[in-house]
Amino acid sequence: MVASTSSKLISVTLRVWRQEGPAAEGRFVEYKAANLNPNMSLLEMLDVVNDDLERRGEDPIAFAHDCREGICGTCSLMIDGKPHGPHRGVASCQTYMRSFEDGAVITLEPFRARPFPVQKDLICDRSAFDRIQQAGGFITARAGSACDANALPVPKGAADLAMDAAQCIGCGACVAACKNSSAMLFVAAKVSHLGLLPQGQAERDRRVLGMVSTMDEAGFGNCSNQYECSAACPKLISHDFIARMNRDYLAASVRSVFQAESQAAGGGA
Amino acid sequence: MANLDSRIPPGPLADKWRKHKADIKLVNPANKRKYEVIVVGAGLAGSSAASSLADMGYKVKSIVFHDSPRRAHSIAAQGGINAAKNYQNDGDSVHRLFYDTIKGGDYRAREANVHRLAEVSVNIIDQCVAQGVPFAREYGGLLANRSFGGAQVSRTFYARGQTGQQLLLGAYSALSRTVGQGLVELITQHEMVDLVVVDGHAKGVITRDLVTGQLHRHAADAVILATGGYGNVFNLSTYARGSNTTAIWRAYKRGACFGNPCYTQIHPTCIPVSGDYQSKLTLMSESLRNDGRIWVPKRKEDCGKDPNTIPDEDRDYFLERIYPSFGNLAPRDVSSRAAKRMCDEGRGVGETGLGVYLDFSHAIKRLGEAGVRERYGNLFDIYHEITNENAYRTPMRIYPAVHYTMGGLWVDYNLMSNVPGLFVLGEANFSDHGANRLGASALMQGLADGYFVIPYTIGDYLAGQKPGSRPSTDAPAFRQAEENVASQVARLLGAKGREPVNHYHRRLGQLMWTHCGMARTRAGLEQAIQEIGALREEFWRNVSVPGSAGSLNQALERAGRVADFIELGELMCRDALTREESCGGHFREEHQYPDGECKRDDTNFAHVAAWEFQGEGKVPLRNVEPLNYEAVKMSVRSYK
Repeated sequence: MVASTSSKLISVTLRVWRQEGPAAEGRFVEYKAANLNPNMSLLEMLDVVNDDLERRGEDPIAFAHDCREGICGTCSLMIDGKPHGPHRGVASCQTYMRSFEDGAVITLEPFRARPFPVQKDLICDRSAFDRIQQAGGFITARAGSACDANALPVPKGAADLAMDAAQCIGCGACVAACKNSSAMLFVAAKVSHLGLLPQGQAERDRRVLGMVSTMDEAGFGNCSNQYECSAACPKLISHDFIARMNRDYLAASVRSVFQAESQAAGGGA
Repeated sequence: MANLDSRIPPGPLADKWRKHKADIKLVNPANKRKYEVIVVGAGLAGSSAASSLADMGYKVKSIVFHDSPRRAHSIAAQGGINAAKNYQNDGDSVHRLFYDTIKGGDYRAREANVHRLAEVSVNIIDQCVAQGVPFAREYGGLLANRSFGGAQVSRTFYARGQTGQQLLLGAYSALSRTVGQGLVELITQHEMVDLVVVDGHAKGVITRDLVTGQLHRHAADAVILATGGYGNVFNLSTYARGSNTTAIWRAYKRGACFGNPCYTQIHPTCIPVSGDYQSKLTLMSESLRNDGRIWVPKRKEDCGKDPNTIPDEDRDYFLERIYPSFGNLAPRDVSSRAAKRMCDEGRGVGETGLGVYLDFSHAIKRLGEAGVRERYGNLFDIYHEITNENAYRTPMRIYPAVHYTMGGLWVDYNLMSNVPGLFVLGEANFSDHGANRLGASALMQGLADGYFVIPYTIGDYLAGQKPGSRPSTDAPAFRQAEENVASQVARLLGAKGREPVNHYHRRLGQLMWTHCGMARTRAGLEQAIQEIGALREEFWRNVSVPGSAGSLNQALERAGRVADFIELGELMCRDALTREESCGGHFREEHQYPDGECKRDDTNFAHVAAWEFQGEGKVPLRNVEPLNYEAVKMSVRSYK
């Protein structure tokens, strides 16, 4: 047998943030989870704890999750004070119980940031990210209007770098990791992904100005260049993209002051 | 008896879509804003439909149960998207993509729909590139391609191992743009819990706000369901935990026919099950079969050995042996069953004996470790996270798992169900993949339906509806639907039994996997129908759903979904029982050739089975839509 899956079972104590609703007062509650297979995921461990609670007619721990393979960005746990837990480059759902010692005490909290209000227990509202996206995170291309896909070659280096940025799963770990609750890494990833591609040039200025101002309005803080965001990012998106966004923002701001706007209105025959 | 007019346009196959578009009714631009369309679901099909319809001028409401449209499970598709671009100059064409898809579906899909899919495939790639999807490129800046199962050309476009993510983010960006422009009203964290039918037409939905628990009524001139597949009926699958059948199941109970519910895709390359706590299975992309070789030991005695110590001559590369012309790229249903046969023979590997090796040692010799890492790095990382094993050093262990459902609500050529005004897109409909879907075709279908089919075909229906004629949400049908939902919620909360929802989901999943999984028999299916009936009775009596209706209550969400899965599971078994043949993903042990391949019965079963709800506790009615093949000759599907 190459890798044995029959490892020694472990037991842990959970300290879980319970909060009935957005306006309710929250508190830590302790739960014991015993006889756990180390190959089970942290979320599967929560399933087992919840099954026990439900069997007793008690309210299960609410937590956000969906794909359970690290790509949908739904899961959002502070595990022992770290967004997505002890390992680099993974989401909460990709954290396995083998990462914890037998007898460990594990603290679970929601992502905490003013623009991410708690909805219940470990679930927070991250719709601010959608609003930022709506303010410019796109290339306008109506269905039916596109030219042939190979009409415009994109250098491999630019395409690869755009893809590095485009990998963002929109989980919000960058915000949770930042002492200022800054969303700069999230916004920079989107601005860079689209700005690196030739198709993204027409709206490049509008995009960065729109997204940054919506980010500010939502109450996210500024970047103070400590890069906790990149360290916590499950896709390890580089903070270099923040510098790229700042350059774009500065250039767009300057241009927006000096660029003459056409006064022509619509209409015609 | 439901009216199953497929409305396939007349004329030669290759001209049908062009001609249909020219003949179809149009809605005048000034009238479009007077029509409101509800789109439920925001995966590839839903997001692309919502943004495209909004761009055309319709008022659109996009309803998703996720907290953001970007979470939809299209995001998890790894491998790629097919398109007949022929950028590799290797002889691809619309006809070849059409033919491969029809053959891949084991001659159980509609010719006209599949041909249209192949035609618009080329537009999808153009559209996605224009939106900024960062597909893989060659050094010259042109798009790269790779091969996928069931095809002998290289027509799959990809973005590393995250193609679904990038395509969905593209569609999501288009949806976000239209939301920002005020053209689409986006409603998140709302689950569709009933369809509202007024005078025989779909005119709205009831949703439950998953945060506050409140029920809401939404009226519209047409309703589009793009709510994905129902593979979670098996509990363990590669689907997201939240993926469910509720929207399409409740539409079925309002009169929409369910087409071919038993057609399930079991994907050959997933990480094997490791314990009963398990909540989901993880796919290893089919693209790995481009360079990985699948094998088991020739001798049972070797199964427990370190695979690296088993010499080449003692390995059985069984796909290469049985299917020499397609080898490791044989289609999914064929590959899955071959793996199952090896394990049934006692030559499976891993602790449970339910696994085969996917080996990259030859590829590493040929391309170097860095070369393999560049192509598949993120997949090797996922494998490592889950199994704690390094697949660069030792072969991956894989086993088939439920991955996709080809069945779904029955739709005509316009993607409209038999309930007028109810359209069904993407995996939620039954139409394009027959009895087996080829790799990289799901993304293609989702985007084809949303960007290039529904924008045309919805007009054909709406042009016949008077602008401004949609009913008020005070209409009796809305009140009745809302009361229906409220009483179901009250029943679930009131059961106050002893077992959690997951307990019933697990038991249902085991029943389905055993009796309605990779191999099915008459006796097994009959037994499953009995046992599911008993399970359903026990569920409603003994389920424990704590909490209240008026709050965020995940146990209640799961309970409603599992209640629907139990009913659907029974229908799937019934469908599998009555389809007395083997085809694609539907394998009846009674119907096979001596070598274990599918034995189709074109005389009696070259048709779609469209099931019609007859009321609670009554056996549903099996309607039939014959499949007429004009361009392709039905033949025994061979990959040898």
